Amino acid sequence: MLRTLFPFPGGVKPEPHKEASAKAPIASAPLPERLVLPLRQSAGVAPLPVVRVGDRVKKGQVIAAAEQWVSASLHAPTSGKVADIGHYPLAHPSGLAAPAIVIEADGRDEWRERQPLDWQKLAPQAVRQYLQQSGVVGLGGAVFPSHVKLDANAQIEELIINGAECEPYITCDDRLMRECAAEIVSGAALLRDLTGARQTLFAIENNKPEAIRALRGAISEQHEDFIVITLPTRYPAGSLRQLVYALTGKHAPFNVLPTALGVQCFNVATVQSVWRAVAHGEPVVRRVVTVSGNVRAPKNWEAPIGMSMDALLQLSEPLSDTDGLIVGGPMMGLSLPLTDAPITKGSNCLIARSPRLFPPRPPESPCIRCTACAQACPQGLQPFELYWWSRARDFAKAADYALAECVECGCCAYVCPASIPLVHYFRFAKGELAAAAREQKMADSARSRFEFRQFRAEREKAEKAEKLAKAAAAQAAKQAETATTPLATTQDATMKSDPDHA
Amino acid sequence: MTSSPHLRDPNSIPRIMRLVCVALAPGIAIYTALIGPAVLAQICLASVAALFFEAVMLKIRALPVRRFLGDHSALVTAWLIALTFPPLSPWWLTVIGVFFAIVITKHLYGGLGQNPFNPAMIAFAACIIAFPALMSQWPAQGLSLPFEQQLEIIFGFAPRIDALTAATPLDAIKTALKTNADTNIQELLTSQNLYGTFAGRGWEWVTMTYLCGGAFLLAMGVITWHTPFAFIVSMAVISALCWLIDPGRFSDPLFHLFSGGAMLGAFFIATDPVSGCSTPRGRLIFGCGAGLLAYLIRVFGVFPDGIAFAVLIMNICAPLIDRYTQPTVFGRRARGSDAR
Ligand code: SF4
Ligand code: SF4
Repeated sequence: MLRTLFPFPGGVKPEPHKEASAKAPIASAPLPERLVLPLRQSAGVAPLPVVRVGDRVKKGQVIAAAEQWVSASLHAPTSGKVADIGHYPLAHPSGLAAPAIVIEADGRDEWRERQPLDWQKLAPQAVRQYLQQSGVVGLGGAVFPSHVKLDANAQIEELIINGAECEPYITCDDRLMRECAAEIVSGAALLRDLTGARQTLFAIENNKPEAIRALRGAISEQHEDFIVITLPTRYPAGSLRQLVYALTGKHAPFNVLPTALGVQCFNVATVQSVWRAVAHGEPVVRRVVTVSGNVRAPKNWEAPIGMSMDALLQLSEPLSDTDGLIVGGPMMGLSLPLTDAPITKGSNCLIARSPRLFPPRPPESPCIRCTACAQACPQGLQPFELYWWSRARDFAKAADYALAECVECGCCAYVCPASIPLVHYFRFAKGELAAAAREQKMADSARSRFEFRQFRAEREKAEKAEKLAKAAAAQAAKQAETATTPLATTQDATMKSDPDHA
Repeated sequence: MTSSPHLRDPNSIPRIMRLVCVALAPGIAIYTALIGPAVLAQICLASVAALFFEAVMLKIRALPVRRFLGDHSALVTAWLIALTFPPLSPWWLTVIGVFFAIVITKHLYGGLGQNPFNPAMIAFAACIIAFPALMSQWPAQGLSLPFEQQLEIIFGFAPRIDALTAATPLDAIKTALKTNADTNIQELLTSQNLYGTFAGRGWEWVTMTYLCGGAFLLAMGVITWHTPFAFIVSMAVISALCWLIDPGRFSDPLFHLFSGGAMLGAFFIATDPVSGCSTPRGRLIFGCGAGLLAYLIRVFGVFPDGIAFAVLIMNICAPLIDRYTQPTVFGRRARGSDAR
């Protein structure tokens, strides 16, 4: 079926580097002895531990439960013993430590009882709760709890299943679509029913013909009316706002979720995990991670959540000049020293760095206003203006040039001939703006506290005046009994006690 | 560790500047064939002077000399000066021009990327005001001097022979029309043997080659089409209008487009990213304004050509034009409307 695409502005075409890891089927990573599970695996509130050190757990057992709506539960990725609950370093440049549960595997990898969910008989809200308890979050990297996005009242027109995978090197979604197309299509059907979407669109970049074929096959086998849309390969085609626009022509500004425009979007891996949870009773305890870059055997590994990144990297045999890791894609991911921080639900790719594959950025030159960045920006921004004002620390001006719309995709910095780390400046400026906004809020609340105190003082004064007035009136009434006298005083007092006057 | 993105397009400022030089090369070759090796001598002279001034200024400003010299931006400025100044100018004139461009226009305004004016055009404007006679003397048509003699003239060992130099076809026509009200363009062109196939004799091929060089820059993505397109269209339209009104006193559009600095201006000067406009619509306005002004100045003004002043005037307007031509941010209907 032919559909008109709405091409988003800008974009870049970096070397894909995908063939190497896309060739081999997904391999199962051997079970490590220790798993470190940071509690915060998703956007929103971290779940709270429900196990104690020394507890025996089975694979798939809840070890931390979601207490609030924007939160998702966490499960033991294998059977074993809770060895520790404490702070462990995350995969973050700051080396930040965060609360985590450590599980020592017993090697039996024994599941807790698994039962499919009879979702067709359940109310949608119950299914949503079930997904929350199964720890289903966006596996594309944004890790937003999926059940939150399944509001039946949102009046979803288009359901988009995102298999674009536009970042170089990453192929985990590609392999998953080739190997698990049927599960993805079943999951999409479930999500369609939960959202009540009129139309379900699969979006895949045209450099993944096998994935496209597999999905089309699965769709016709299951007699669904889903449409597979082939996108031209151009980074960042898979970025939420760009994708929604390309498929529907609907623009979502930074402060509007596509949901508000009647579009909902899920990553293919998320859709598969939804199906595994519902049809097999399997919570999210593993994920597919692309390991590529400076390694001898680039491959996609199905790894348990909590496995050390270093251990996973070793499976693909890094070359000797490996000097670090990129977690996520090379355009938006984090660059870290070699680390044994754990894989989390959001870790879709590990790239071994080497000076040859990722030469250091040459020193920054002055901006020559060549506008290459503006031509590349998929948000239609003028990055060189944002840069100018961010550098000048005039953040209000930067905000005026729509800094908030920047999605930090990195296209501008990718093309900049002056080698300016533009995104770095933008993050800095956004941070400063956010800090200023927080301060403003604090000042505002201090002011409103002060104003409230004043108001209360005034009110108390008024109340006192009223009491006095009442007393005076009573006295006056008493006096009136005896003499014909001062109405004026009473009126005056009533006026003062009028709250609108205070 | 470094911040994302971790990949980078291999493009760089030195590469852009090198591409501009490459795009100028064919034009230089034809120009040299027309005038003689004096052109190359001027280019060498200007380049050496530019690199010298650049190095001195970088040193004074305590910037890494080698890295910034290596960005080749001074070379592009030097070449444009050498190509816009008369090829037999005395050496000191060229050096003064380069001084104005590199020291005053570029570094005193903050260096690469900061200069509000096009350095080569400031050089031209300053010199034509200070030395109007010297800046109007071009080698006479058909003059072919041996290289040594050209060098002698440039370096001042030989007396400047006025008979050897003449105005450009553009200037010659203007002066003749001014001094002699009876004559008309057709007569002048044939009697003075100024006209080639479609524009000034000889010059037409040089400017044609600049056009090709410009097309190369477009193809390589170094410049966008907006400025040159608007420049050429606006100059063509206004010259066509005047020509239709009075073909006796106004030359035809082809003659204008392929004479003097029009093509060099459209593709290599008005497209200077630093001093020009940066939004697509702004560039259209910039090119349009530059083309119109260049025509008006070269036809009605006192200078032999109008490119320099036209571009400088537009440089002044550029920040304002940019401010009012901000493109729509993706996801917003118009900048500043909703969602603010
Ligand atoms: S790409 Fe770099 S040099 Fe060019 S305008 Fe943007 S920030 Fe400036
Ligand atoms: S990082 Fe921001 S400014 Fe740069 S291209 Fe992406 S959206 Fe545009």
